[in-house]
Amino acid sequence: MNAKKIDKIAVGFLYAMAGVIVLILFSLLAFILWRGIPQISWEFLTTPSKSFQTGGGIVIQLFNSFYLLILTMLISTPLSLGAAIYLSEYAKKNLLTDFIRTIIEVLSSLPSVVVGLFGFLVFVLQWGLGFSILSGAMALTLFNLPLLTRTIEDSLRAIPLTQREAGLALGLSRWETVNLVILPAALPGILTGMILAAGRIFGEAAALIYTAGQSAPALDFTNWNPLSISSPLNVMRPA
Amino acid sequence: MSEKVDLETHIIKMKPDASVDLSTKDLHVWYGQNEAIKGVTLEFEENKITSLIGPSGCGKSTYLRSLNRMNDEIQIARVTGEILYHGKDINTPETDVYEMRKNIGMVFQRPNPFSKSIYDNISFALKRHGVKDKNALDEAVETSLKQAALWEQVKDDLHKNALALSGGQQQRLCIARAIALKPDVLLLDEPASALDPISTSQVEDTLLQLKEKYSIIIVTHNMQQASRISDYTAFFYLGNVIEYDETRKVFTRPKIQSTEDYVSGNFG
Repeated sequence: MNAKKIDKIAVGFLYAMAGVIVLILFSLLAFILWRGIPQISWEFLTTPSKSFQTGGGIVIQLFNSFYLLILTMLISTPLSLGAAIYLSEYAKKNLLTDFIRTIIEVLSSLPSVVVGLFGFLVFVLQWGLGFSILSGAMALTLFNLPLLTRTIEDSLRAIPLTQREAGLALGLSRWETVNLVILPAALPGILTGMILAAGRIFGEAAALIYTAGQSAPALDFTNWNPLSISSPLNVMRPA
Repeated sequence: MSEKVDLETHIIKMKPDASVDLSTKDLHVWYGQNEAIKGVTLEFEENKITSLIGPSGCGKSTYLRSLNRMNDEIQIARVTGEILYHGKDINTPETDVYEMRKNIGMVFQRPNPFSKSIYDNISFALKRHGVKDKNALDEAVETSLKQAALWEQVKDDLHKNALALSGGQQQRLCIARAIALKPDVLLLDEPASALDPISTSQVEDTLLQLKEKYSIIIVTHNMQQASRISDYTAFFYLGNVIEYDETRKVFTRPKIQSTEDYVSGNFG
């Protein structure tokens, strides 16, 4: 067999493999859409679920998912950003910072059930926050921090050293250089990292069972007093 | 003009009445255990171009980067000795390096404009140093772009991203950015090594015009460039300055054999 023939066979083989994967994904997606789309209506999305009857909607669950997502991002973005800026711009290269990086790597591979149980023990019981949106958001923050820090640090590092030199040589302080040169240049990468993180948070379930609770109480969408138990904004209610 | 030649080191001293902006006394740079600069004493005359030449790894870039303390940013680097800027030692912990770098500007080997508009590239550092007036900023942008011989090519789209410029234009923008802060010394680290011959000659023309106002110290690997544009030349070898004199003397009648070998292309 000549090289050309082998090449053709190899290409055909790779096409077949890729085709199998695409086929599986497409059939799953098609099945879900085919069965699901007819069920989705404005009513389904905007009415609360019913306890002992069929029917009802998912408005509370949907709202809680978004609310958790926003709260988690509000807590974790400043923390990750600060840690990432420190690690990439200020930390000296020594054993300690290598150790910190390793710890972040280890944290990022924690299974979400473990994070959930940790949140249950610390936030729910120890701190007495109970099953609440806040406990859930903090558990998700814990789950999210390592990867978000890592992606932000990577996007800061991807900015060439020459940009930092340019800022410093113009008499800018290191903080000004980071703030006005490096961060704006790294912004697209940071945003990508945040969007990926948001996707992970939105789809997370296991960590929430132990922290945010298993069932959502009825909400009154006309009550915007964050201290009231039936208010959607109350962070101390279960979700 | 040389007054006398120190026969031991072949480094000229400036005349007592010559105006010296910047000088170093017994400057050493260490990278960890490795001594990269072994006690360099040089004086740079005002409104002249001084070339630093020498084979790769001889320490000329390291020396240049210590003049505005950019080596501070390298964790393992240690700089000892005096760097005198208008007679004042700036190699001390008390020195405000950020203020000092305004006066001793630097242009790097690779053009490194910020990913901002041409206008912002120049006005940005000025704003940080307290220039708020819009007219003053406009004027500074125009003046420095004119000085860097870039104004005619970019005046109609100052708000275009600087990264869309060609390499030579980017480098002249970097020069404009540095001189917008009105430094009196301009350090250039092989500013033309990444450029084609036409851009190189444009940058050289720019430098020749700039020396009316600034003292320029330039590291170059290009012997023709050094002899074309510089008034003084220092030959670095293995972390020492072997010879420092007027450029035409260094290139036509060098006193040291290794200088002659280097400038005539026999080694390096």
